[in-house]
Amino acid sequence: MTENATAPLIEFAGVTKRFGALTVLDNFNFEVAPGEKVTLIGPSGSGKSTVLRILMTLEPFQEGRLTLDGLSYQEPGGTGPFRASERHLREIRSRVGMVFQSFNLFPHMSVMRNVAEAPVRVLGLSREEAQARAVDLLALVGLSDKKDHFPSQLSGGQQQRVAIARALAMRPRVLLFDEPTSALDPQLVGEVLAVIGDLAHEHDLTMLLVTHEMRFAREVSDRVCFFDKGRICEQGTPDAIFTAPSHPRTCEFLASVLR
Amino acid sequence: MPWVSYLPSLAQGAFVTAWITLAAIAIGAVLAFVAGIARVEGGRAVSTLALCYTELFRGTSLLVQLFWFYYALPLIGISFEPVATGILVLALHVGAYGSEIVRGALASVSVQQHEAARALNFGRLHTLIHITLPQAIIEMLPAFGNLAIETLKLSSLVSLISIADLTFRAQSIRNLTLDSAGVYTLTLLGYFAMSLVLMLVMRLIERLARRGAAFPRAAHS
Amino acid sequence: MMYGFTWDTATPLTYAWSILPIILIGLTVTLKAAAAGFAIALVLGLVFAMLRRSRFRSVSWTTACVVEFLRDTPLLVQLFFLYYVLPEYGLTLPAFLTGALALGLQYSAYTSEVYRGGIEAVPRGQWEAATALNLTRMQTYRDIVVPQIVPRILPAMGNYMVAMIKETPVLSVITVLDMMALANMIGERTFEYLVPLTMVGLIFLILTLICSAGLHRLQKVLPKAGIPLR
Repeated sequence: MTENATAPLIEFAGVTKRFGALTVLDNFNFEVAPGEKVTLIGPSGSGKSTVLRILMTLEPFQEGRLTLDGLSYQEPGGTGPFRASERHLREIRSRVGMVFQSFNLFPHMSVMRNVAEAPVRVLGLSREEAQARAVDLLALVGLSDKKDHFPSQLSGGQQQRVAIARALAMRPRVLLFDEPTSALDPQLVGEVLAVIGDLAHEHDLTMLLVTHEMRFAREVSDRVCFFDKGRICEQGTPDAIFTAPSHPRTCEFLASVLR
Repeated sequence: MPWVSYLPSLAQGAFVTAWITLAAIAIGAVLAFVAGIARVEGGRAVSTLALCYTELFRGTSLLVQLFWFYYALPLIGISFEPVATGILVLALHVGAYGSEIVRGALASVSVQQHEAARALNFGRLHTLIHITLPQAIIEMLPAFGNLAIETLKLSSLVSLISIADLTFRAQSIRNLTLDSAGVYTLTLLGYFAMSLVLMLVMRLIERLARRGAAFPRAAHS
Repeated sequence: MMYGFTWDTATPLTYAWSILPIILIGLTVTLKAAAAGFAIALVLGLVFAMLRRSRFRSVSWTTACVVEFLRDTPLLVQLFFLYYVLPEYGLTLPAFLTGALALGLQYSAYTSEVYRGGIEAVPRGQWEAATALNLTRMQTYRDIVVPQIVPRILPAMGNYMVAMIKETPVLSVITVLDMMALANMIGERTFEYLVPLTMVGLIFLILTLICSAGLHRLQKVLPKAGIPLR
């Protein structure tokens, strides 16, 4: 369970994921170091979001091995689609957080409760501790004045910032961003990216980001991975990928999105 | 004005109708939640059991059930007071129809809400109690309102197993006075008034629930 | 109608077998009552729905009140009302017809709401297009509106039909000899209610399951865009 400095925090080894006849991830290999900020780019349907959803245990996979923090996703002799017990899956989830494209805030809870609820119910914090944590995080995302509002009273950008605070309140080791700005009006994208950009300076938070904001990806990531047809077809530092892509599919894709 | 003399007896009957209806709704609501949640959250055995209960009581006629509990069950040694039988059968009816309402409302909570709960590492019980049920309950209320009125109307059937409810009193008075038009008009108006009160109460509950939840209907659809 | 029948109460199974013919005679009465009642509900409901859309406030308001009243009062009391009060005004109907009328009246309140929902769901543009083509009101309903609402309202109508079948046993209280009445009669003769009442319950269960499956099939077969009447 312990890791030394060089051991990857996340390791996909030959993972294959199918939806019926469609193969979404094909013998997929991928490693992420602790504290690394990795951006996944590529055309839609190339499997980027699936990587995040598998890591969050929202989707099972069929073949291969996946470990996080030394913890295997599938238990030997595990049953069900995940081939692991609910208890084991919750052990994994306690290390991972996720920010969704459509925010997925709880509509029946105030902003404060959205952030504080899981720390109380899941981590067993007292209401006061959880609220103190929520106050700090809401200040971090610049929404201290909205704590008693309900999600429906906020703009999309504000909702997404609450969702980020909500995920951070669980103190995950890995934070997954699944196209966090795709559902936003263009003028609201900036405020959300600014918050994510600040988080990128956090030393020990590992971040995986699926996005179509290429300039932002270039600014915040340590590594950029270009996905095509369920595989990473090229990866490297942002500068390498954006200035000197070597694979023809990467060139094609970047030309189409950067114009 | 002979009909004024019917009023005391009819009022007594209306009181019996009201409390049988309310008791059936209260017990039935509990059954509805148990069976509805079992349908959605239970394992295969539990959800099949709940499905059988629902189909059995929705599929057979209420009057048949009432007579079955009243005439047939005592023959195999199980008998209740008539009032208990009436409340029990009505409650089982409410539970069966209500479980469909609960199931439907729980199923209408979006997949994204479940995923968000999972990403925050909520367990199944917490997800149900704190995330899905609070959202689903608001959706259930209008349908439960209709079911409540349906129950009030169907409660008239208990007069057929000799419970002195409003319909039973009406029958007695008619047999005595032969003034059918007067008695039944008053009785219909009595039920109508009770329905309207029930409707108002359900609207009020719905409004309070919506305000308590403080989120607009459109926000989570 | 019970004369000439013998029953064998030796075991529950032989008992059930011996009374099955009587119960099945009751079943035909049950089905006929439901069919007649539903026909009345379909026609009367449409009348209510159209009156409800009347341009005259007094007409639409009165209709709304009548529908609400029918919907919020028990079928059993409506049945007693028709059974005992109509003859006082010289209208003596056979019990079967009185029963069908009561079922029809109660359910017309439900069907009128289904029609209304269906009609309101037809987009405004369809009415405007019909006006632009200079169709009469009658033609608009027959050729444009009704064909479009049929697939939309059919599931709800089907559910009400199933619900009505399950309410027909109430007619037994005004001497209609349906399954319920016959089962009770057998019970009174033999002091053994368990078998006849269970049989009636089972037959209702089978009927309901068949109807639900049929409705499910029908919904799949029906064209979503509507059915032209001609």
